[in-house]
Amino acid sequence: MSDGILVVTETADKKFRKSTYEVLSEGRRLADQLNTPLSAVVLGIDVLAAADELRHYGADRVLVCDALELADFDSDRFTLILYDIITARQPKIVLFGASIRDKQLSTRLATKLDTGLAMECAGLALEGDNLIATRLMYGSKLIAKVALEGTPQIAALRPNFFPATIAEKAGEIERIDVQLPPTRIRLIEKKPGSAKLDLTEADVVVSGGRGMGGPDFSVLESLAGVLGGVVGATRSAVDEGWRPHADQVGQTGKVVSPKLYVACGISGAIQHIAGMSSSGCIVAVNKDPDAPIFRYADYGIVGNLYEVVPEISREIQKRNETR
Amino acid sequence: MMNVVVLLKQVPDTESLIEINAEASDIQTDNLKWIMNPYDELAVEEGIRIREKMGNGKVTVLSLGPERATAAIRTALAMGADEGVLINDPALEKPDPLTTAKVLAAALKAVPFDLIIAGQRAVDDDSYLVPSAVAEYLGIPMLGMVVRQEITGGKIRCELSLQDGTAVVEADLPALLTTQRGLNQPRYASLPNIMKAKKKPLETKSLAALGLDAAQFGSAALKTRIFSLVFPPKRKVCKMISGKTAEEKAAALVQTLREEAGVL
Ligand SMILES: Cc1cc2nc3c(=O)[nH]c(=O)nc-3n(C[C@H](O)[C@H](O)[C@H](O)COP(=O)(O)OP(=O)(O)OC[C@H]3O[C@@H](n4cnc5c(N)ncnc54)[C@H](O)[C@@H]3O)c2cc1C
Ligand SMILES: Nc1ncnc2c1ncn2[C@@H]1O[C@H](COP(=O)(O)O)[C@@H](O)[C@H]1O
Repeated sequence: MSDGILVVTETADKKFRKSTYEVLSEGRRLADQLNTPLSAVVLGIDVLAAADELRHYGADRVLVCDALELADFDSDRFTLILYDIITARQPKIVLFGASIRDKQLSTRLATKLDTGLAMECAGLALEGDNLIATRLMYGSKLIAKVALEGTPQIAALRPNFFPATIAEKAGEIERIDVQLPPTRIRLIEKKPGSAKLDLTEADVVVSGGRGMGGPDFSVLESLAGVLGGVVGATRSAVDEGWRPHADQVGQTGKVVSPKLYVACGISGAIQHIAGMSSSGCIVAVNKDPDAPIFRYADYGIVGNLYEVVPEISREIQKRNETR
Repeated sequence: MMNVVVLLKQVPDTESLIEINAEASDIQTDNLKWIMNPYDELAVEEGIRIREKMGNGKVTVLSLGPERATAAIRTALAMGADEGVLINDPALEKPDPLTTAKVLAAALKAVPFDLIIAGQRAVDDDSYLVPSAVAEYLGIPMLGMVVRQEITGGKIRCELSLQDGTAVVEADLPALLTTQRGLNQPRYASLPNIMKAKKKPLETKSLAALGLDAAQFGSAALKTRIFSLVFPPKRKVCKMISGKTAEEKAAALVQTLREEAGVL
């Protein structure tokens, strides 16, 4: 008998990623509808303290595997440990956040369990007992509804798309001892990125395009700074060598859904739109009144970004100070 | 000798206007222009570079798709790949990603390989699923979103993208890697090479030819099924913020974002 919903959490520096709370909240919503318990599983080292937090977001039970060997993500080990947990507990639904890591993990598990998986979901619903996923396809040009078959049904949720909601539950902690399976991938070295916050998880993204005219993005950094956001870029800006590849937003870059997206010196090519059209609010600053970006933006300013953007930063700074 | 297999998918041109079919179950494919998935261009390029660097070896391109997908395979051959294989079968008209992976993995049992290179995602379905599943079915390690790789002896060392930064990892071959932008700059096929590519071997195989039972891959076996397609809701018309000076515009914008949009 399969029962319950299992959420796979993700930690960075012993803290949960924002997406963990989002996925857990969505899991809580589905668990209430199905009248079934919600569990969360935490893999890592020294994660017991953090695990306690999960009960505030609706976890009835928290399964913790705490081991030195789990300090860094290891696809082989994580897959096999989760496979054992899933086959032993037989959840009906397993949810992930669609991070780089968990895209791989969820796929490997769906393959081993021979069951349906929907990636980068923008919405979930139940039809009877079955999960229906909403996904954006073809560069966000279409919305697809996808029915999942098999048990468990697996979904990986797009970051920044589902609200994290407080829901106090018992969050009983259960430690799990695991046999650490061997791994085929040897970690040689980790090189941390420079960004404080991940583009896909940021509430505010300020992006620059070829209109920046050069590698100096400091006006955008300042705006992102006062808004608590991060800086993204178009492919043109990346190809010019002005920004790292990891900053590219679009169909061949990251897909982001911040609350606020500010496009500066960006023409609005369809491949760029593919990566940001699901943002909550889109602001465009472009000196060309006919730039296509204004067809996708909610608010537009025609003007030189080097004159307008610093003024926006100053204005927000002013309001932040008087608040 | 190094055998590289590149997994390649043909997708609609990213500029395409996508239309929905009458049953709202699929896109209209009649008037589309088709291209090689952009991430697979990086895969083909990397495969060719590996062969060139080693001074020996073979790059085989493997694709599952309809007859028209041969055009994308030919493009890969014109870039410099050696051989192409297309898996085309009536039972595979609308496979889900796991089915695609199962069939590709079965086909790979008949092709010798040391390294498989795939795109991190196909920009049509954006499922990010096929490469990890192929690696799992074949029981080989998978290195995702690689920006740099180096092969020495029977080992591959890769720098791969993490959510925050990168990591350098090492695995024994055979292995599968997926591409991330920055790995290389794919070459264009020159006209003489396009002509030469027409003579390179390109074989089409059915499920039966792979020793597979078509009944196990048809619609009854699917684990995910698209049952409705709609266009995203249209945004409201863009509100242009006016003002005599940059300062005025900025003030008006900030006020609107706060009071009307509620995002500040
Ligand atoms: C297969 C494929 C995949 C692609 N994937 C992506 C992707 O993932 N992401 C992506 O972004 N692109 C992608 N592209 C590229 C895309 O087609 C466009 O070429 C690119 O997005 C254009 O970038 P841009 O807007 O920065 O530059 P441009 O199109 O050159 O636009 C620059 C804009 O800046 C404005 N401007 C100039 N100076 C100023 C100023 N001082 N103040 C204000 N405005 C100014 C101009 O009016 C213009 O509108 C892809 C293309 C292909 C073919
Ligand atoms: N039909 C296919 N034939 C060959 N390779 C494919 C096919 N579908 C997906 N792939 C490979 O898997 C990658 C990711 O695709 P996807 O999982 O569909 O996002 C692609 O970039 C290809 O390398």
